[in-house]
Amino acid sequence: MKQTSKAAVPYIIWMSVFIVIPLFLIGVFAFTTTVTVDAAGNIIDPETLGYMDGAGIDRETGELTADESEEETDISWVTFPLTEKTIFTLDNIFAVSDYLPVLFLSIWLALIATAICLIISYPLSYMISRMNFQRQNIMLMLVMLPMWMNFLLRTYAWMTLLERNGWINKLLALIGLGPFEMINSQGAVVLGMVYNYLPFMILPLYSIMTKIDERTIESAQDLGAGALAVFGRVILPLSMPGIASGITMVFVPAVSTFIISRMLGGGTNMLIGDLIDLQFLGNAYNPNLGAAMSLVLMIFVLLCMSLTNQLDNEEMESVLL
Amino acid sequence: MKKYIKIIKPLIALSLTLMMFSPVCAPAAASYESYEYSDYDWDRFRGKNMSVNVYNWGEYISVDDGEEDAFDTNKAFTELTGIRVNYSNFASNEEMYAKLKSGGSSYDIIIPSDYMIARMANENMLEKINFSNVPNFSYIAENFRNNAFDVTNEYSVPYMWGIMGIIYNKTLFDESDNPATWDILWNEKYAKDILMFSNSRDSFAISLFRLGYSVNTTDENELREAAAELSKQKLLIQAYVMDEIFDKMGGGEAALAPYYAGDAITMMEDNPDLEFVVPEEGTNVFIDAMCIPKGAKNKEAAEMYINFLCETRVALKNCEYIGYSTPHIAVYELLDDETKESISYPSEEALSKAQEYITLPSDTTRLLDSLWTELMSQTGKNPWLSPVLIVVSVTLIIFINVRRYRKKKTREL
Repeated sequence: MKQTSKAAVPYIIWMSVFIVIPLFLIGVFAFTTTVTVDAAGNIIDPETLGYMDGAGIDRETGELTADESEEETDISWVTFPLTEKTIFTLDNIFAVSDYLPVLFLSIWLALIATAICLIISYPLSYMISRMNFQRQNIMLMLVMLPMWMNFLLRTYAWMTLLERNGWINKLLALIGLGPFEMINSQGAVVLGMVYNYLPFMILPLYSIMTKIDERTIESAQDLGAGALAVFGRVILPLSMPGIASGITMVFVPAVSTFIISRMLGGGTNMLIGDLIDLQFLGNAYNPNLGAAMSLVLMIFVLLCMSLTNQLDNEEMESVLL
Repeated sequence: MKKYIKIIKPLIALSLTLMMFSPVCAPAAASYESYEYSDYDWDRFRGKNMSVNVYNWGEYISVDDGEEDAFDTNKAFTELTGIRVNYSNFASNEEMYAKLKSGGSSYDIIIPSDYMIARMANENMLEKINFSNVPNFSYIAENFRNNAFDVTNEYSVPYMWGIMGIIYNKTLFDESDNPATWDILWNEKYAKDILMFSNSRDSFAISLFRLGYSVNTTDENELREAAAELSKQKLLIQAYVMDEIFDKMGGGEAALAPYYAGDAITMMEDNPDLEFVVPEEGTNVFIDAMCIPKGAKNKEAAEMYINFLCETRVALKNCEYIGYSTPHIAVYELLDDETKESISYPSEEALSKAQEYITLPSDTTRLLDSLWTELMSQTGKNPWLSPVLIVVSVTLIIFINVRRYRKKKTREL
């Protein structure tokens, strides 16, 4: 026991530096804002002073450096120098409410993508797990193959496939169909999510299904269970942990994605990830609001994860019983 | 915006030949080892083991790219002055701002865009430049001094500029229409053939120009009107894009798109069917300028670097490499007529109607932002979204808890 805890030290350091501290910082950012205060401690809005263009007023002394400002504002009540201060506020959290439709759209699309992934992956993983060892390896490699390429590049490739003058429309034109409008829609965004995150569903499902002993299924059949009963009472409960982790691994990145919606959604299907990106690196620049959005998203994701975990635990218990 | 800049080879060749014969510099002065820099005390920091930290856009300075006449700006500076240059890049003004604001790093020279300079000056993040150390400032054209973002011209020395316009594809465009108006982006004939900026500031600017308002308006009604027009336009828009435009316009995917002149040149090289016009209603002109941030360690060396970038020879090399328009009079004179008349240098008339962006008050920024988000998520607004989500989660929770309860009971039995 002592040995294992020593071995965990690098991971604990790693975790605290790169996970715990950033999480803490998000919390701090979400609940604070930076304001300008004058020497007397009054909070002032520098913009209301009428010197928006920067070159108007000296922050140290209050001296006017240019009188280009259109409106002359009375600033005699302000005591200089002006300094910046970080204060506690709930405004950012309230402001997130305006963006809830975007959050809901993200969750909605991520749910659809997760469901499609599950429907595709479940039979596929079962089939792979029943193959002989060599073919299993080949199939797994095929599943992993797209992941050898860069994520951005793969999404970019879908752009050239789905465009009006793209490859799919060119092929369809050969047999006299189309052109179809495929890109710049929610369908294209879901397609991008499914394509990119499918391996994350297949792998956990496969690894749990290889553990299902063939004899378990046979004995169920011996005891008179039909195909449906075998599936419902043996395979499904036994593969529940795989389903749970698969759902988590697809849903979590899908709900927070931003590049897929930008490339395939044509910009009109803004997701919460795009919004957060806009707050940190875009022209909306407001890290405090961005942190508040991340916080709300994180809580949603945590809720979803605890729900799937519930499912998982319950099923495991029933299996043990 | 600046990611796709290429060197315009014919331009370099032409202007170089021109330079050889131009009376400004003797033919022998063309190779940079022997080029005579202007009369300035370049040597005063030599041997003092000094260095300057430069923070600039990616691909925004001439480097040695293996071409015949390649000019490595930073290397030349070190050779001339003995000051080492630590050079690093940023991808957006906001990224640069965030890095400086966090205070983790110290830079001597930064090259942000107009509105960001205003913001930083406003937040006391910039050092006043001592212009007696930058004599080459005299080369900066009169109309690029005392810009709206720095009215007294104390904080910045313009580096490059560019203008926004409309790129259209001749093969997909009806000759009888006038492309030189923002109205064309609202023309139903080109439904689903129009691209638009996926950033709020540029898109709102277009709508505001079309309505005849100022791009820096803080009037809520004007902004709401612009937003209403944008939402009408949305039905005609194929996609909202930024860098994807290079692919889409290059591949003939759309007929019309607004973008910046410097990048339009790159696209026109890829696809000769493309044309660029500056709309009559007026447009945005951006200026990237050199500044010294507060906390710069070697302010005087930084001023020397800024002066160096304003040297005619250096500015010409950079202008050729980057492909954007120069505010430097002597460099402009050295350009060949073809370049002077190209889309990079619009007419006086077009320029007189152009407006720069300045930093908006935070209330306006927030309004702009929420209007934009509303616009971008319009189609996504499904009234059933939240009820369905709520019902699904509640059922799930009930289901799980009922199961647990029943299981508990069976266990008790």
